[in-house]
Amino acid sequence: MIEFHLDRGSGVATYLQLVHQVRQALRLGELRPGDQLPTAREVVERLAINPNTVLKAYRELEHEGLVEGRPGMGTFVRQGVAGPTLADHTRLRRGLEAWVREARAAGLDQEDLRALFSVVLADASKEGAA
Amino acid sequence: MRPALEATGLGVRYRRSWALRDCSLAVPAGRVAALVGPNGAGKTTLMHAAVGLLRPARGSVRVAGEAAFVAQDKPLYDGFTVAETLAFGRRMNTRWDGDAAADRLARLGIPLDRKAGGLSGGQRAQVAITLALARRPDLLVLDEPLANLDPLARHDVMRAIMAEVAERELTVLLSSHVVSDLEETCDWLVVLNDGRLQVSGDIEDLLAGHLVLTGPADTPSPAGVSVVGESRTGRQAGLLVRGGPVPDPRWRARRASLEELVMGYLRSPASAALPGLAGVGA
Repeated sequence: MIEFHLDRGSGVATYLQLVHQVRQALRLGELRPGDQLPTAREVVERLAINPNTVLKAYRELEHEGLVEGRPGMGTFVRQGVAGPTLADHTRLRRGLEAWVREARAAGLDQEDLRALFSVVLADASKEGAA
Repeated sequence: MRPALEATGLGVRYRRSWALRDCSLAVPAGRVAALVGPNGAGKTTLMHAAVGLLRPARGSVRVAGEAAFVAQDKPLYDGFTVAETLAFGRRMNTRWDGDAAADRLARLGIPLDRKAGGLSGGQRAQVAITLALARRPDLLVLDEPLANLDPLARHDVMRAIMAEVAERELTVLLSSHVVSDLEETCDWLVVLNDGRLQVSGDIEDLLAGHLVLTGPADTPSPAGVSVVGESRTGRQAGLLVRGGPVPDPRWRARRASLEELVMGYLRSPASAALPGLAGVGA
């Protein structure tokens, strides 16, 4: 089960932080179809936040079609919601690690890497849109 | 839906001076309401009136269902053990959920055979709140529940209260001096200042309805918004306004934080944000 955390200094609304963490967990395969999200009570008992904040985050995730509320049972990741499989993840991650090593060897620092990655990502999404 | 707490034209007088004047507000059921204001603003008076500990001179205050009150000094008898305190509560109350109370204390790891005087500040707060919750109230009223607690104990107390709110339709009214303690936990804001009600409303709506503007000191006040408060220091002016947007490009606008909203109103006692008031401002 996903364990939420809060970054109180981030300036990002609390419900959005919960939404992002669920999306991230889905992307990384830490949450899979059929998995249950913690109940509002479990979340607030851990984080000391208003229960309505949790419900708002879950409504947003439901609206995006990622989870579904089952009355009397809880909130579950929907069937058919799948990011890349775990195997894909492992393979792609290895490739990326190799690329990072190569870039470092070429003298790029952390910030250069980020900049390069974002530019390529932005170009790729532009091409995809065209 | 009937509000959990409703005051209409409430006025409370101590001898010759008014502790609370013409206070009308309604807190919807299931909300966690923050009651803030400086010392002597009338917070404790409003709480006492709400739970029937004092009789208003004017107007009325009504609670839908049962109210339980936890006073700031956490009234536990130092010489009683926790178990004796629970037994006392059972005898004093017709509605009493002793099992839930015992469960809570066990989960919190508070020993039943310990004398109340030997508990830490956080444990005393938890026992006092447990006693109030054992009465199965519809409205839980907490006067400065976090005062004199260390950060860990504050977090634990708020976790316990939030869990209870998640569990059932419980409305909470709690006062605090420290606005940052209330940021993540409260969804309704009540601001009292010098015995008068300045703000009562949904926190998200309030934050969405206000802007902080900064600009050169000689910029004229923007049109179309109500200025809650302003400060002009040297070359810069800062305004808290209600409404928006502000088209004048000399003003840079951003969302107000809860703290800025509260401070903005407290510094401008003539401003108010209350439901049903069309025109607002100093």
